[in-house]
Amino acid sequence: MTVTLGPPLTDAPTRLLADPTAPTVRRRLRPRPGLLAAGAYLILLVVAAAWPAVLAPGDPLAADPLAVLNPPDAAHWLGTDHLGRDVWTRVVHGAGHSLTIGVAATVLAVAGGVLLGLLAGLTHRVADEALSRTFDALSAFPMLLLALLFIAVAGPGTASLIVAIGIATLPHYARVVRGQTLVVRRAGFVEQAVTFGQSRPRLVLRHVLPNVVGPVPVLAVIGLGEAILAAAGLSFLGMGPQPPSPEWGAMLSEGRNYLQVAWWISILPGLAVTATVVSLTVVGRHWQARFDGRRR
Amino acid sequence: MAPLVTVEDLHVDFDTPTGRVAAVRGVSFTVERGECVAVVGESGSGKSVTARTLVGLAGPGARVRAARLELADTDVRAHRPRDWRRVRGRLAGLVSQDALVSLDPLRTVGAEIGEVLATHEIVSRRERAGRVTHLLDEVHLPEPERRARQYPHQLSGGLRQRALIASAIAGEPALLIADEPTTALDVTVQAQILRLLAERRAAGVSLLLISHDLAVVAQVADRVLVLRDGRIVEHGPTDRLLREPTHPYTRQLLAAVPSATSRGRRLAGAARVGDARATLPARPEVRADDTVLDAGGLTKRYGEHTVVRDVSFTVARGETLGLVGESGSGKSTVARIVAGLLDADAGTVTFEETPWAGVPERARRPLRRRLQIISQDPLSSFDPRYTVGRVVAENLDPDVGRADRRDHVVDLLRRVGLGADLVDRHPRQLSGGQRQRVAIARAIAPRPSLIICDEPVSALDVSVQAQVLDLLAELRAADGTALLFISHDLGVVHHLSDRVLVMHDGAVVEQGPVGDIFTYPRHDYTRSLLNALPTLVTAGRPEEKHP
Repeated sequence: MTVTLGPPLTDAPTRLLADPTAPTVRRRLRPRPGLLAAGAYLILLVVAAAWPAVLAPGDPLAADPLAVLNPPDAAHWLGTDHLGRDVWTRVVHGAGHSLTIGVAATVLAVAGGVLLGLLAGLTHRVADEALSRTFDALSAFPMLLLALLFIAVAGPGTASLIVAIGIATLPHYARVVRGQTLVVRRAGFVEQAVTFGQSRPRLVLRHVLPNVVGPVPVLAVIGLGEAILAAAGLSFLGMGPQPPSPEWGAMLSEGRNYLQVAWWISILPGLAVTATVVSLTVVGRHWQARFDGRRR
Repeated sequence: MAPLVTVEDLHVDFDTPTGRVAAVRGVSFTVERGECVAVVGESGSGKSVTARTLVGLAGPGARVRAARLELADTDVRAHRPRDWRRVRGRLAGLVSQDALVSLDPLRTVGAEIGEVLATHEIVSRRERAGRVTHLLDEVHLPEPERRARQYPHQLSGGLRQRALIASAIAGEPALLIADEPTTALDVTVQAQILRLLAERRAAGVSLLLISHDLAVVAQVADRVLVLRDGRIVEHGPTDRLLREPTHPYTRQLLAAVPSATSRGRRLAGAARVGDARATLPARPEVRADDTVLDAGGLTKRYGEHTVVRDVSFTVARGETLGLVGESGSGKSTVARIVAGLLDADAGTVTFEETPWAGVPERARRPLRRRLQIISQDPLSSFDPRYTVGRVVAENLDPDVGRADRRDHVVDLLRRVGLGADLVDRHPRQLSGGQRQRVAIARAIAPRPSLIICDEPVSALDVSVQAQVLDLLAELRAADGTALLFISHDLGVVHHLSDRVLVMHDGAVVEQGPVGDIFTYPRHDYTRSLLNALPTLVTAGRPEEKHP
């Protein structure tokens, strides 16, 4: 009787060491002060955006001619601006604006990016080339320049700010999704699904899309920070919500003229933007690390 | 004179995050000078760890204990890394399974071998190049001077393995440890490498051969140790062990090997011939006039390269057609074309009297579920997010109501010998054999008339392979399903198939009833395939040359 060679069989020690079937040993919870601070700040931010009155019961637009450019004191925690408006109240109420613009722009970018990326990854080579080169062209422009270009055509305002930032950040998601799609469409389980007689749209929805969007939520969290920064920058230039709306970028711009005498007007909205971007990035990166660890 | 290798009560443990794992538990053996000892076992038996411990490469986190561990009269238990470096290459050479991994991709083969010569100061710098050529010639590498200047990726698997052996013998070691040296190779190449190892032994080198394959071992080994769960269950001279195995596990291993004589017999759990449970249900009746699949003149090119040329065959209802060939023969391409997953450049495929190739997927869809595929790597054919239950449920009849789906899945799992408790588990948590059973459960769900099995058992251990092959035979008998069974393993094909198709370089060189082809091969290639097969003479069976 005869026997032929078989498959690669290894019982190398690595197999014992890293048994992929074993449940992952949960990492011990190490105190991470940075992460905790970032999380706490983001919770505060969401509260400020949803129920600003909880943190600042006053009216962000109420001017007090008798208290102009007051430094921080008991009555006005963070001082007042050139019209005697309370800076703390305005910063808190501004969170809603910044967060709305950032989230809306990111949702737009993610939706468009996933759709176009999936399309590019699934169509024929010519269409893929056309889409991919468009993404390249869009990414070649600095994000702010591209957004400015769009606003120059569409006019300033919250809506056009959202669309402008959405378009400018879209290629980032589209490229990632396209790359994933190219891998997943050739995966064994997609081919296998063909043999179940599934229609193509069903196959894409059930097997390709869910396996492609894995890294997107993490990217979106980090992208949200960028979008908020871009929104503040464009508002600073007067392209976003118009005065007297308490938008962080617009507040920075208004306070700029009084920087010599009343630093608190500009510094505080600036700090709010910085803290938001840093917190989102910290949380996003941490999540990404967990995600990568799980995938590996 | 004392044996070259003396191992007494060897224990190797590994510290893992989930606790200590014992890989080797009390193994003792010796290797005499000029002797070939084989260590045989399935994955996880501890055979590789045992061998690698002899060169101080048990692995990271390994704890080695032994009453005696001697190499050439030296106690190596207290060896530090520096001491081991003097052992490796000079006292004991290691040849591992995959030469592509073991050879540095950025250095030429000659440089790799030259390094061994330099490290152990075998020859002077001036003589080194000549020595490399001599070594490559020794392992029968054609055009040794030119090959010495080539990189590992420029060599074929067989030539690469020869180069690796050349580097292992460069330091003129007294012991050559070969860890699955032929597992990644085709049969004909395997035969050459085995001949080469036998030559080294004839030249006075001791061999420690690690393999999962009893037949490979039978070719060269003087003595065999059978390892299971880190313990030696049986050892003895090769002839005696294969003819009169005493331990049930050895018997089970031998019985699990599929071949001509195993046709109609269960492979798993049938250690004794004549056991009532040993017979498989009768093969389904082949209705030769009723063709399920008809492929004619299939041709596929990639650029200049023709991978499939003018392949024609039919599969009758209930018939099992074996498709045999070495790697690169085009057998998997044929499978993909027939499955309607790849378009051929020429040729026709008719499935259930419906045009199957060259038509839009929409036209195939109504009959799609009548033709199913089982692949070599079931895990990659499962959506990574799915549980076992969802994997199987996906191929259920769409008309099955939501409430009944789970019952159907459990029934299917039961048919393939899996418990209902697996439904909510993830395929990643299952063993290789269990995964393949899940893939089979999914394939039989729509009661297909044809299942294409592309190397379905080649990634499995012999005993698991035996169970899966038994299962396929049972299901085939119960459902009357036809199989297109693709394998590089002639024994497996012979065990299961009615007819066989031999492919070489993209063309069918021979086809016919399995007994005829394997007994009276007409084509030279078939003959060379059969001659290259290592033969195994076992208990209760007459000596035979062909499977």
